[in-house]
Amino acid sequence: MDWYPLYNSLRIAAISTFVTFFFGIFSAYYIAKTPRVIKGLLDVVLTLPLVLPPTVVGYLLLRVLGPKRLIGAWVLAVFDTKLVMTWWSAIFATVVVSFPLMYRTARGAFEAFDPALAYAGQTLGLSNSYIFWRIRLPYCRQGILAGAVLSFARALGEYGATSMLAGYTPGRTATISTTVYQLWRTDNDALAFKWVMINIAISFVVLMAVNMLERRERAQKEVRRA
Amino acid sequence: MSLYVDIEKTLGAFHLRAQFESGAQTLALLGASGCGKSMTLKCIAGIETPDAGRIALDGRVLFDSAAHINLSPQRRRVGYLFQQYALFPNMTVFQNIATGAHARHKARRRESVAEKLAMLRLSDIAHLRPHQLSGGQQQRVALARILASEPQAILLDEPFSALDSYLKWQLELELSDALAAFHGVRMWVSHDRDEIFRNCGEICIMEEGKTQPVREKHALFDSPGTVGAARLSGCKNYAAARPASIPRHVTLPEWNLCLETEEDVPPDICQVGIRVHSLRLCEPGAPNAIPCTVARAVEDVLSVILMLRVQGALPGAPLLRFELPKAQWQGDSAAFCIQICPKDILLLG
Repeated sequence: MDWYPLYNSLRIAAISTFVTFFFGIFSAYYIAKTPRVIKGLLDVVLTLPLVLPPTVVGYLLLRVLGPKRLIGAWVLAVFDTKLVMTWWSAIFATVVVSFPLMYRTARGAFEAFDPALAYAGQTLGLSNSYIFWRIRLPYCRQGILAGAVLSFARALGEYGATSMLAGYTPGRTATISTTVYQLWRTDNDALAFKWVMINIAISFVVLMAVNMLERRERAQKEVRRA
Repeated sequence: MSLYVDIEKTLGAFHLRAQFESGAQTLALLGASGCGKSMTLKCIAGIETPDAGRIALDGRVLFDSAAHINLSPQRRRVGYLFQQYALFPNMTVFQNIATGAHARHKARRRESVAEKLAMLRLSDIAHLRPHQLSGGQQQRVALARILASEPQAILLDEPFSALDSYLKWQLELELSDALAAFHGVRMWVSHDRDEIFRNCGEICIMEEGKTQPVREKHALFDSPGTVGAARLSGCKNYAAARPASIPRHVTLPEWNLCLETEEDVPPDICQVGIRVHSLRLCEPGAPNAIPCTVARAVEDVLSVILMLRVQGALPGAPLLRFELPKAQWQGDSAAFCIQICPKDILLLG
Protein backbone atom coordinates (compact mmCIF):
# COMPACT_ATOMS: atom_id res chain seq x y z
CA MET A 1 0.00 0.00 0.00
CA ASP A 2 1.30 3.45 -0.93
CA TRP A 3 1.20 5.69 2.17
CA TYR A 4 1.93 8.89 0.26
CA PRO A 5 -1.70 10.24 0.50
CA LEU A 6 -1.60 9.97 4.33
CA TYR A 7 1.75 11.75 4.51
CA ASN A 8 0.64 14.42 2.05
CA SER A 9 -2.71 14.99 3.81
CA LEU A 10 -1.05 15.31 7.22
CA ARG A 11 1.60 17.78 6.07
CA ILE A 12 -0.96 19.90 4.21
CA ALA A 13 -3.27 19.93 7.25
CA ALA A 14 -0.36 20.70 9.62
CA ILE A 15 0.98 23.61 7.58
CA SER A 16 -2.48 25.04 6.99
CA THR A 17 -3.31 24.76 10.71
CA PHE A 18 -0.09 26.59 11.53
CA VAL A 19 -1.10 29.42 9.17
CA THR A 20 -4.74 29.65 10.28
CA PHE A 21 -3.70 29.44 13.95
CA PHE A 22 -1.85 32.76 13.94
CA PHE A 23 -3.97 34.35 11.26
CA GLY A 24 -7.19 33.34 13.05
CA ILE A 25 -6.06 34.54 16.48
CA PHE A 26 -4.89 37.92 15.25
CA SER A 27 -7.99 38.48 13.11
CA ALA A 28 -10.21 37.53 16.05
CA TYR A 29 -8.31 39.85 18.38
CA TYR A 30 -8.17 42.88 16.12
CA ILE A 31 -11.60 42.54 14.53
CA ALA A 32 -13.17 42.43 18.01
CA LYS A 33 -11.85 45.97 18.53
CA THR A 34 -13.18 47.51 15.29
CA PRO A 35 -16.43 49.55 15.12
CA ARG A 36 -19.62 47.52 14.92
CA VAL A 37 -20.45 48.01 11.24
CA ILE A 38 -16.95 47.02 10.07
CA LYS A 39 -16.93 44.13 12.52
CA GLY A 40 -20.22 42.79 11.16
CA LEU A 41 -19.00 43.05 7.58
CA LEU A 42 -15.59 41.44 8.19
CA ASP A 43 -17.28 38.75 10.21
CA VAL A 44 -19.50 37.80 7.29
CA VAL A 45 -16.66 37.89 4.76
CA LEU A 46 -14.36 35.77 6.94
CA THR A 47 -17.05 33.22 7.77
CA LEU A 48 -18.24 32.90 4.17
CA PRO A 49 -15.86 30.00 3.26
CA LEU A 50 -17.57 27.96 5.98
CA VAL A 51 -20.91 27.99 4.15
CA LEU A 52 -19.83 28.30 0.50
CA PRO A 53 -19.51 25.03 -1.44
CA PRO A 54 -15.78 24.12 -1.59
CA THR A 55 -16.02 24.12 -5.39
CA VAL A 56 -17.01 27.78 -5.28
CA VAL A 57 -14.02 28.52 -3.06
CA GLY A 58 -11.84 26.53 -5.46
CA TYR A 59 -13.19 28.45 -8.42
CA LEU A 60 -12.53 31.80 -6.75
CA LEU A 61 -9.01 30.73 -5.79
CA LEU A 62 -8.29 29.64 -9.36
CA ARG A 63 -9.55 33.04 -10.51
CA VAL A 64 -6.65 34.73 -8.66
CA LEU A 65 -3.99 31.98 -8.44
CA GLY A 66 -4.31 30.45 -11.91
CA PRO A 67 -1.23 30.87 -14.16
CA LYS A 68 -3.03 33.42 -16.36
CA ARG A 69 -4.66 35.29 -13.48
CA LEU A 70 -3.52 38.28 -11.45
CA ILE A 71 -1.38 36.71 -8.69
CA GLY A 72 -0.66 33.44 -10.51
CA ALA A 73 0.73 35.23 -13.56
CA TRP A 74 2.87 37.55 -11.45
CA VAL A 75 4.39 34.67 -9.44
CA LEU A 76 4.99 32.77 -12.68
CA ALA A 77 6.77 35.77 -14.21
CA VAL A 78 8.88 36.62 -11.15
CA PHE A 79 9.59 33.21 -9.57
CA ASP A 80 8.96 30.97 -12.55
CA THR A 81 6.63 28.84 -10.42
CA LYS A 82 3.05 27.76 -10.92
CA LEU A 83 0.81 28.18 -7.87
CA VAL A 84 -1.55 25.40 -8.89
CA MET A 85 -1.20 21.65 -9.45
CA THR A 86 1.65 21.19 -6.92
CA TRP A 87 1.31 19.42 -3.56
CA TRP A 88 1.38 22.70 -1.65
CA SER A 89 -1.35 24.25 -3.84
CA ALA A 90 -3.80 22.41 -1.62
CA ILE A 91 -2.63 24.57 1.31
CA PHE A 92 -4.26 27.63 -0.26
CA ALA A 93 -7.54 25.74 -0.37
CA THR A 94 -7.33 24.27 3.14
CA VAL A 95 -6.29 27.60 4.71
CA VAL A 96 -9.26 29.44 3.24
CA VAL A 97 -11.75 26.67 4.05
CA SER A 98 -10.56 25.99 7.62
CA PHE A 99 -9.88 29.62 8.56
CA PRO A 100 -13.48 30.39 9.69
CA LEU A 101 -13.36 27.56 12.25
CA MET A 102 -10.20 28.93 13.86
CA TYR A 103 -11.40 32.52 13.64
CA ARG A 104 -14.80 31.86 15.17
CA THR A 105 -13.64 29.66 18.04
CA ALA A 106 -10.82 32.09 18.87
CA ARG A 107 -13.28 34.97 18.80
CA GLY A 108 -15.64 33.08 21.10
CA ALA A 109 -12.77 32.45 23.50
CA PHE A 110 -11.69 36.10 23.45
CA GLU A 111 -15.25 37.27 24.06
CA ALA A 112 -15.41 35.11 27.19
CA PHE A 113 -12.27 36.86 28.49
CA ASP A 114 -12.92 39.11 31.48
CA PRO A 115 -11.93 42.63 30.35
CA ALA A 116 -11.16 43.59 33.95
CA LEU A 117 -8.08 41.33 33.74
CA ALA A 118 -6.69 43.38 30.86
CA TYR A 119 -7.55 46.65 32.60
CA ALA A 120 -5.88 45.42 35.78
CA GLY A 121 -2.75 44.61 33.78
CA GLN A 122 -2.73 48.06 32.20
CA THR A 123 -3.13 49.92 35.49
CA LEU A 124 -0.28 47.81 36.91
CA GLY A 125 1.93 49.15 34.13
CA LEU A 126 2.15 45.93 32.08
CA SER A 127 2.61 46.41 28.34
CA ASN A 128 -0.22 45.45 26.01
CA SER A 129 1.83 42.68 24.41
CA TYR A 130 2.66 41.24 27.86
CA ILE A 131 -1.07 41.25 28.64
CA PHE A 132 -1.85 39.53 25.33
CA TRP A 133 0.75 36.76 25.55
CA ARG A 134 0.88 36.19 29.32
CA ILE A 135 -2.69 36.82 30.43
CA ARG A 136 -5.18 36.83 27.57
CA LEU A 137 -3.84 33.82 25.60
CA PRO A 138 -3.34 31.55 28.63
CA TYR A 139 -6.87 32.44 29.79
CA CYS A 140 -8.33 31.52 26.38
CA ARG A 141 -5.90 28.61 25.78
CA GLN A 142 -8.40 25.73 25.77
CA GLY A 143 -10.79 27.44 23.37
CA ILE A 144 -8.01 28.41 21.00
CA LEU A 145 -6.55 24.89 21.03
CA ALA A 146 -10.02 23.46 20.32
CA GLY A 147 -10.24 25.83 17.33
CA ALA A 148 -6.84 24.71 16.05
CA VAL A 149 -7.76 21.04 16.31
CA LEU A 150 -11.07 21.65 14.54
CA SER A 151 -9.41 23.52 11.69
CA PHE A 152 -6.81 20.71 11.43
CA ALA A 153 -9.66 18.21 11.07
CA ARG A 154 -11.35 20.38 8.46
CA ALA A 155 -8.12 20.78 6.48
CA LEU A 156 -7.57 17.02 6.58
CA GLY A 157 -11.02 16.38 5.15
CA GLU A 158 -10.90 19.07 2.45
CA TYR A 159 -11.78 17.69 -0.98
CA GLY A 160 -13.57 20.12 -3.32
CA ALA A 161 -11.29 23.12 -3.46
CA THR A 162 -8.20 20.91 -3.09
CA SER A 163 -9.04 18.79 -6.13
CA MET A 164 -9.55 21.96 -8.17
CA LEU A 165 -6.28 23.60 -7.11
CA ALA A 166 -3.98 20.59 -6.78
CA GLY A 167 -5.75 17.98 -8.87
CA TYR A 168 -4.94 14.30 -8.39
CA THR A 169 -1.49 13.10 -9.33
CA PRO A 170 -0.52 9.83 -7.55
CA GLY A 171 2.66 10.31 -5.52
CA ARG A 172 2.60 14.09 -6.01
CA THR A 173 -0.68 15.82 -5.15
CA ALA A 174 -2.79 12.90 -3.95
CA THR A 175 -4.44 13.33 -0.54
CA ILE A 176 -6.61 10.87 1.36
CA SER A 177 -9.83 12.45 0.14
CA THR A 178 -8.83 12.67 -3.53
CA THR A 179 -7.41 9.14 -3.36
CA VAL A 180 -10.69 7.73 -2.04
CA TYR A 181 -12.57 9.35 -4.90
CA GLN A 182 -10.05 8.12 -7.48
CA LEU A 183 -10.07 4.55 -6.10
CA TRP A 184 -13.85 4.41 -6.02
CA ARG A 185 -14.04 5.76 -9.60
CA THR A 186 -11.61 3.08 -10.80
CA ASP A 187 -13.53 0.34 -8.97
CA ASN A 188 -10.76 -0.40 -6.45
CA ASP A 189 -13.30 -0.84 -3.68
CA ALA A 190 -11.10 -2.70 -1.17
CA LEU A 191 -8.37 -0.06 -1.11
CA ALA A 192 -10.90 2.76 -1.06
CA PHE A 193 -12.45 1.15 2.03
CA LYS A 194 -9.04 1.03 3.75
CA TRP A 195 -8.49 4.75 3.21
CA VAL A 196 -12.02 5.49 4.39
CA MET A 197 -11.32 3.63 7.65
CA ILE A 198 -8.02 5.47 8.09
CA ASN A 199 -9.77 8.78 7.59
CA ILE A 200 -12.53 7.89 10.07
CA ALA A 201 -9.93 6.83 12.66
CA ILE A 202 -8.02 10.12 12.38
CA SER A 203 -11.21 12.20 12.56
CA PHE A 204 -12.36 10.19 15.57
CA VAL A 205 -9.18 10.93 17.50
CA VAL A 206 -9.31 14.60 16.54
CA LEU A 207 -12.91 15.04 17.68
CA MET A 208 -12.14 13.26 20.95
CA ALA A 209 -9.37 15.80 21.49
CA VAL A 210 -11.79 18.68 20.80
CA ASN A 211 -14.31 17.29 23.28
CA MET A 212 -11.66 16.87 25.93
CA LEU A 213 -10.40 20.41 25.47
CA GLU A 214 -13.89 21.84 25.67
CA ARG A 215 -14.71 19.85 28.78
CA ARG A 216 -11.53 21.04 30.45
CA GLU A 217 -12.33 24.61 29.54
CA ARG A 218 -15.81 24.36 31.01
CA ALA A 219 -14.47 22.82 34.20
CA GLN A 220 -11.90 25.60 34.53
CA LYS A 221 -14.53 28.30 34.03
CA GLU A 222 -16.64 26.72 36.76
CA VAL A 223 -13.73 26.65 39.16
CA ARG A 224 -13.08 30.31 38.43
CA ARG A 225 -16.71 31.23 38.95
CA ALA A 226 -16.80 29.44 42.29
CA MET B 1 -0.73 64.67 47.34
CA SER B 2 -3.83 65.65 45.42
CA LEU B 3 -6.09 64.47 42.66
CA TYR B 4 -7.97 66.95 40.55
CA VAL B 5 -10.85 65.72 38.40
CA ASP B 6 -13.14 67.74 36.18
CA ILE B 7 -14.58 65.58 33.41
CA GLU B 8 -17.61 65.02 31.22
CA LYS B 9 -18.69 61.95 29.33
CA THR B 10 -21.88 61.04 27.49
CA LEU B 11 -22.87 57.41 26.96
CA GLY B 12 -26.22 57.12 25.24
CA ALA B 13 -28.75 58.79 27.51
CA PHE B 14 -26.35 58.83 30.45
CA HIS B 15 -24.38 61.98 31.11
CA LEU B 16 -21.43 61.94 33.49
CA ARG B 17 -20.30 65.19 35.03
CA ALA B 18 -17.69 64.68 37.74
CA GLN B 19 -15.85 67.49 39.44
CA PHE B 20 -13.88 67.18 42.67
CA GLU B 21 -10.48 67.48 44.26
CA SER B 22 -9.07 65.15 46.87
CA GLY B 23 -6.60 65.98 49.60
CA ALA B 24 -4.61 63.97 52.12
CA GLN B 25 -7.65 62.12 53.48
CA THR B 26 -9.43 59.24 51.80
CA LEU B 27 -12.05 60.70 49.50
CA ALA B 28 -15.32 58.80 49.20
CA LEU B 29 -17.53 58.75 46.16
CA LEU B 30 -20.94 57.88 47.57
CA GLY B 31 -23.85 57.10 45.28
CA ALA B 32 -26.48 54.56 44.30
CA SER B 33 -25.67 51.72 41.89
CA GLY B 34 -25.37 52.87 38.30
CA CYS B 35 -24.85 56.55 39.15
CA GLY B 36 -21.47 56.71 37.40
CA LYS B 37 -19.08 56.06 40.28
CA SER B 38 -17.19 53.22 38.61
CA MET B 39 -17.15 55.11 35.31
CA THR B 40 -15.49 58.06 37.07
CA LEU B 41 -12.81 55.79 38.55
CA LYS B 42 -12.22 54.19 35.15
CA CYS B 43 -11.70 57.62 33.60
CA ILE B 44 -9.12 58.44 36.28
CA ALA B 45 -7.30 55.14 35.71
CA GLY B 46 -7.35 55.65 31.94
CA ILE B 47 -9.50 52.62 31.15
CA GLU B 48 -12.26 54.91 29.86
CA THR B 49 -11.70 58.19 28.08
CA PRO B 50 -13.80 61.22 29.03
CA ASP B 51 -15.27 63.36 26.24
CA ALA B 52 -13.82 66.51 27.74
CA GLY B 53 -12.13 67.86 30.83
CA ARG B 54 -8.96 67.50 32.83
CA ILE B 55 -7.47 65.05 35.31
CA ALA B 56 -4.29 65.82 37.25
CA LEU B 57 -2.48 63.79 39.91
CA ASP B 58 0.01 65.61 42.13
CA GLY B 59 0.27 68.30 39.47
CA ARG B 60 0.97 65.72 36.73
CA VAL B 61 -1.59 65.97 33.94
CA LEU B 62 -3.11 62.57 33.15
CA PHE B 63 -5.81 63.81 30.83
CA ASP B 64 -6.51 67.18 29.29
CA SER B 65 -8.87 67.34 26.33
CA ALA B 66 -7.90 70.95 25.53
CA ALA B 67 -4.16 70.14 25.42
CA HIS B 68 -4.76 66.72 23.75
CA ILE B 69 -3.11 64.89 26.63
CA ASN B 70 -4.32 61.36 27.37
CA LEU B 71 -1.76 59.20 29.16
CA SER B 72 -2.11 55.43 28.78
CA PRO B 73 -3.19 53.55 31.93
CA GLN B 74 0.35 52.15 32.11
CA ARG B 75 1.85 55.63 32.51
CA ARG B 76 -0.68 57.03 34.96
CA ARG B 77 0.53 55.18 38.06
CA VAL B 78 -2.99 54.84 39.35
CA GLY B 79 -3.76 51.57 41.15
CA TYR B 80 -7.26 50.18 40.72
CA LEU B 81 -8.79 47.63 43.09
CA PHE B 82 -11.48 45.97 40.99
CA GLN B 83 -14.78 44.77 42.45
CA GLN B 84 -13.94 41.14 41.68
CA TYR B 85 -10.19 41.83 42.25
CA ALA B 86 -9.22 40.74 38.70
CA LEU B 87 -6.41 38.41 39.78
CA PHE B 88 -4.75 36.63 36.88
CA PRO B 89 -6.13 33.06 37.11
CA ASN B 90 -3.17 31.42 35.39
CA MET B 91 -0.64 32.77 37.90
CA THR B 92 0.14 32.02 41.54
CA VAL B 93 -0.17 34.61 44.29
CA PHE B 94 3.56 35.27 44.04
CA GLN B 95 3.43 35.70 40.26
CA ASN B 96 0.38 37.94 40.49
CA ILE B 97 2.17 40.28 42.87
CA ALA B 98 5.33 40.05 40.76
CA THR B 99 3.45 41.44 37.75
CA GLY B 100 2.84 44.56 39.84
CA ALA B 101 6.56 44.90 40.47
CA HIS B 102 7.34 43.96 36.86
CA ALA B 103 7.15 47.39 35.32
CA ARG B 104 9.05 49.08 38.16
CA HIS B 105 12.50 48.19 39.45
CA LYS B 106 13.34 44.88 37.81
CA ALA B 107 16.42 44.37 39.93
CA ARG B 108 14.82 44.13 43.33
CA ARG B 109 11.59 42.57 42.14
CA ARG B 110 11.83 39.47 44.33
CA GLU B 111 12.52 41.51 47.46
CA SER B 112 9.68 43.84 46.66
CA VAL B 113 7.26 40.93 46.26
CA ALA B 114 8.52 39.24 49.45
CA GLU B 115 8.04 42.50 51.32
CA LYS B 116 4.43 42.85 50.15
CA LEU B 117 3.72 39.17 50.92
CA ALA B 118 4.92 39.67 54.48
CA MET B 119 3.13 42.97 54.90
CA LEU B 120 -0.26 41.53 53.93
CA ARG B 121 0.35 38.13 55.61
CA LEU B 122 0.35 36.23 52.33
CA SER B 123 3.72 34.43 52.59
CA ASP B 124 2.11 31.08 53.46
CA ILE B 125 -0.16 31.08 50.43
CA ALA B 126 2.29 32.53 47.89
CA HIS B 127 2.26 29.30 45.85
CA LEU B 128 -1.56 29.04 45.53
CA ARG B 129 -3.65 30.14 42.57
CA PRO B 130 -6.49 32.65 42.86
CA HIS B 131 -9.33 30.10 42.69
CA GLN B 132 -7.88 28.38 45.77
CA LEU B 133 -8.16 31.55 47.89
CA SER B 134 -10.99 32.96 49.99
CA GLY B 135 -12.53 36.28 49.01
CA GLY B 136 -10.58 38.10 51.70
CA GLN B 137 -7.28 36.56 50.63
CA GLN B 138 -8.01 37.50 47.02
CA GLN B 139 -8.57 41.06 48.09
CA ARG B 140 -5.26 41.17 49.97
CA VAL B 141 -3.43 39.74 46.95
CA ALA B 142 -5.01 42.36 44.70
CA LEU B 143 -3.96 45.07 47.11
CA ALA B 144 -0.43 43.68 47.43
CA ARG B 145 -0.17 43.60 43.64
CA ILE B 146 -1.23 47.25 43.44
CA LEU B 147 1.21 48.29 46.19
CA ALA B 148 4.04 46.43 44.39
CA SER B 149 3.42 48.60 41.33
CA GLU B 150 4.09 51.68 43.51
CA PRO B 151 1.18 53.83 42.39
CA GLN B 152 0.64 57.46 43.33
CA ALA B 153 -3.06 56.88 43.85
CA ILE B 154 -5.23 53.90 44.78
CA LEU B 155 -8.84 53.66 43.68
CA LEU B 156 -11.11 51.21 45.50
CA ASP B 157 -14.20 50.21 43.56
CA GLU B 158 -16.83 48.83 45.98
CA PRO B 159 -14.13 46.84 47.80
CA PHE B 160 -16.58 44.64 49.74
CA SER B 161 -19.29 44.03 47.17
CA ALA B 162 -17.93 40.57 46.32
CA LEU B 163 -17.88 39.37 49.92
CA ASP B 164 -20.40 37.91 52.33
CA SER B 165 -21.42 40.39 54.98
CA TYR B 166 -20.14 38.36 57.94
CA LEU B 167 -16.64 38.45 56.45
CA LYS B 168 -16.62 42.16 55.84
CA TRP B 169 -15.77 43.55 59.24
CA GLN B 170 -12.40 41.83 59.71
CA LEU B 171 -11.47 42.67 56.12
CA GLU B 172 -12.50 46.25 56.55
CA LEU B 173 -10.14 46.59 59.51
CA GLU B 174 -7.31 45.00 57.49
CA LEU B 175 -7.97 47.10 54.43
CA SER B 176 -8.01 50.33 56.41
CA ASP B 177 -4.69 49.36 58.06
CA ALA B 178 -3.12 48.60 54.70
CA LEU B 179 -4.43 51.85 53.25
CA ALA B 180 -3.17 53.85 56.20
CA ALA B 181 0.35 52.69 55.30
CA PHE B 182 -0.06 54.02 51.79
CA HIS B 183 1.04 57.60 51.32
CA GLY B 184 -0.79 58.73 48.25
CA VAL B 185 -4.19 59.69 46.99
CA ARG B 186 -6.92 57.27 48.09
CA MET B 187 -10.42 57.13 46.65
CA TRP B 188 -13.12 54.81 47.93
CA VAL B 189 -16.27 54.18 45.95
CA SER B 190 -19.32 52.66 47.62
CA HIS B 191 -23.08 52.86 48.04
CA ASP B 192 -22.76 51.92 51.73
CA ARG B 193 -22.84 55.05 53.89
CA ASP B 194 -21.65 53.27 57.05
CA GLU B 195 -18.61 51.81 55.31
CA ILE B 196 -17.85 55.23 53.82
CA PHE B 197 -18.26 57.05 57.13
CA ARG B 198 -15.91 54.67 58.95
CA ASN B 199 -13.15 54.74 56.34
CA CYS B 200 -13.16 58.13 54.66
CA GLY B 201 -12.56 61.70 55.72
CA GLU B 202 -14.26 63.56 52.92
CA ILE B 203 -17.29 62.63 50.91
CA CYS B 204 -18.40 63.51 47.42
CA ILE B 205 -22.02 62.58 46.74
CA MET B 206 -22.83 61.43 43.22
CA GLU B 207 -26.34 61.34 41.82
CA GLU B 208 -27.34 60.33 38.29
CA GLY B 209 -23.87 61.02 36.94
CA LYS B 210 -23.38 64.38 38.67
CA THR B 211 -21.12 65.03 41.60
CA GLN B 212 -21.89 67.44 44.40
CA PRO B 213 -19.22 69.52 46.14
CA VAL B 214 -16.81 67.56 48.36
CA ARG B 215 -17.64 67.88 52.05
CA GLU B 216 -16.11 66.85 55.32
CA LYS B 217 -18.01 63.75 56.50
CA HIS B 218 -19.37 65.12 59.80
CA ALA B 219 -20.55 68.31 58.11
CA LEU B 220 -22.27 66.26 55.42
CA PHE B 221 -24.10 63.99 57.85
CA ASP B 222 -25.10 66.94 60.08
CA SER B 223 -26.49 69.05 57.25
CA PRO B 224 -26.75 67.17 53.95
CA GLY B 225 -28.38 70.15 52.20
CA THR B 226 -30.15 68.19 49.46
CA VAL B 227 -32.67 65.36 49.51
CA GLY B 228 -30.29 63.14 47.52
CA ALA B 229 -27.44 63.64 49.97
CA ALA B 230 -29.78 63.11 52.94
CA ARG B 231 -31.09 59.89 51.44
CA LEU B 232 -27.57 58.56 50.74
CA SER B 233 -26.55 59.49 54.28
CA GLY B 234 -29.33 57.24 55.56
CA CYS B 235 -32.14 59.67 56.43
CA LYS B 236 -35.50 57.85 56.18
CA ASN B 237 -38.21 60.50 56.78
CA TYR B 238 -39.06 63.36 54.44
CA ALA B 239 -41.87 65.87 54.26
CA ALA B 240 -42.58 68.85 52.04
CA ALA B 241 -41.74 72.10 53.80
CA ARG B 242 -41.84 75.89 53.50
CA PRO B 243 -40.68 78.69 55.80
CA ALA B 244 -43.22 79.58 58.52
CA SER B 245 -44.27 83.18 59.26
CA ILE B 246 -42.44 83.01 62.61
CA PRO B 247 -38.63 83.12 62.29
CA ARG B 248 -36.79 79.82 62.88
CA HIS B 249 -39.91 77.80 62.27
CA VAL B 250 -40.79 75.53 59.37
CA THR B 251 -44.26 74.62 58.14
CA LEU B 252 -44.97 71.05 57.02
CA PRO B 253 -48.29 71.32 55.16
CA GLU B 254 -48.76 67.55 54.58
CA TRP B 255 -48.53 66.88 58.32
CA ASN B 256 -50.26 70.09 59.33
CA LEU B 257 -47.34 70.93 61.62
CA CYS B 258 -45.13 73.86 62.44
CA LEU B 259 -41.77 72.93 63.98
CA GLU B 260 -39.06 75.02 65.54
CA THR B 261 -35.62 74.90 63.91
CA GLU B 262 -32.22 75.88 65.22
CA GLU B 263 -31.20 77.98 62.22
CA ASP B 264 -33.10 80.39 60.02
CA VAL B 265 -35.12 78.54 57.43
CA PRO B 266 -33.84 79.34 53.93
CA PRO B 267 -36.55 80.69 51.59
CA ASP B 268 -35.81 78.04 48.93
CA ILE B 269 -36.46 75.09 51.27
CA CYS B 270 -38.38 72.19 49.64
CA GLN B 271 -38.32 69.42 52.22
CA VAL B 272 -37.23 68.55 55.71
CA GLY B 273 -35.47 65.31 56.59
CA ILE B 274 -35.87 63.64 59.97
CA ARG B 275 -33.51 60.83 60.96
CA VAL B 276 -35.08 57.89 62.72
CA HIS B 277 -32.60 57.99 65.60
CA SER B 278 -33.20 61.68 66.37
CA LEU B 279 -36.85 61.07 67.28
CA ARG B 280 -37.73 60.59 71.02
CA LEU B 281 -40.87 59.74 72.96
CA CYS B 282 -42.27 62.75 74.83
CA GLU B 283 -45.26 64.12 76.75
CA PRO B 284 -48.00 65.87 74.77
CA GLY B 285 -47.41 69.61 74.62
CA ALA B 286 -43.60 69.37 74.81
CA PRO B 287 -41.64 71.57 72.35
CA ASN B 288 -41.74 70.19 68.80
CA ALA B 289 -44.02 67.35 69.88
CA ILE B 290 -45.64 65.39 67.06
CA PRO B 291 -48.82 63.50 68.07
CA CYS B 292 -49.07 60.21 66.20
CA THR B 293 -50.97 56.96 65.88
CA VAL B 294 -49.36 53.67 64.92
CA ALA B 295 -50.24 52.66 61.35
CA ARG B 296 -48.04 49.63 61.22
CA ALA B 297 -45.52 47.84 63.43
CA VAL B 298 -42.78 45.66 61.98
CA GLU B 299 -40.58 43.59 64.25
CA ASP B 300 -36.87 43.87 63.46
CA VAL B 301 -33.96 41.94 65.04
CA LEU B 302 -33.40 44.24 68.03
CA SER B 303 -36.16 46.80 67.73
CA VAL B 304 -39.68 47.40 66.53
CA ILE B 305 -40.06 49.63 63.50
CA LEU B 306 -43.19 51.74 63.78
CA MET B 307 -44.74 53.50 60.83
CA LEU B 308 -46.57 56.44 62.40
CA ARG B 309 -49.44 58.49 61.03
CA VAL B 310 -49.14 62.10 62.14
CA GLN B 311 -52.42 63.24 63.72
CA GLY B 312 -54.16 65.83 61.57
CA ALA B 313 -52.08 64.95 58.50
CA LEU B 314 -53.58 65.24 55.02
CA PRO B 315 -54.72 61.99 53.40
CA GLY B 316 -51.80 60.40 51.53
CA ALA B 317 -49.19 62.18 53.61
CA PRO B 318 -45.99 60.16 54.18
CA LEU B 319 -45.81 58.03 57.30
CA LEU B 320 -43.10 58.71 59.87
CA ARG B 321 -40.64 55.92 60.56
CA PHE B 322 -39.68 55.49 64.20
CA GLU B 323 -37.91 52.73 66.09
CA LEU B 324 -38.38 51.53 69.65
CA PRO B 325 -36.33 48.97 71.58
CA LYS B 326 -38.42 45.81 71.89
CA ALA B 327 -38.66 46.16 75.66
CA GLN B 328 -40.41 49.51 75.35
CA TRP B 329 -43.03 48.31 72.90
CA GLN B 330 -46.13 46.89 74.53
CA GLY B 331 -47.88 46.03 71.31
CA ASP B 332 -50.80 48.40 71.79
CA SER B 333 -51.53 50.82 69.00
CA ALA B 334 -52.39 53.72 71.29
CA ALA B 335 -51.60 57.24 70.25
CA PHE B 336 -48.42 58.82 71.60
CA CYS B 337 -46.18 61.78 71.04
CA ILE B 338 -42.69 61.92 69.64
CA GLN B 339 -40.36 64.84 69.67
CA ILE B 340 -37.56 66.15 67.52
CA CYS B 341 -34.83 68.49 68.71
CA PRO B 342 -34.71 71.73 66.60
CA LYS B 343 -31.07 71.11 65.66
CA ASP B 344 -31.90 67.66 64.25
CA ILE B 345 -34.34 68.87 61.61
CA LEU B 346 -32.49 68.67 58.27
CA LEU B 347 -33.44 71.58 56.01
CA LEU B 348 -33.18 70.38 52.43
CA GLY B 349 -33.20 72.50 49.27
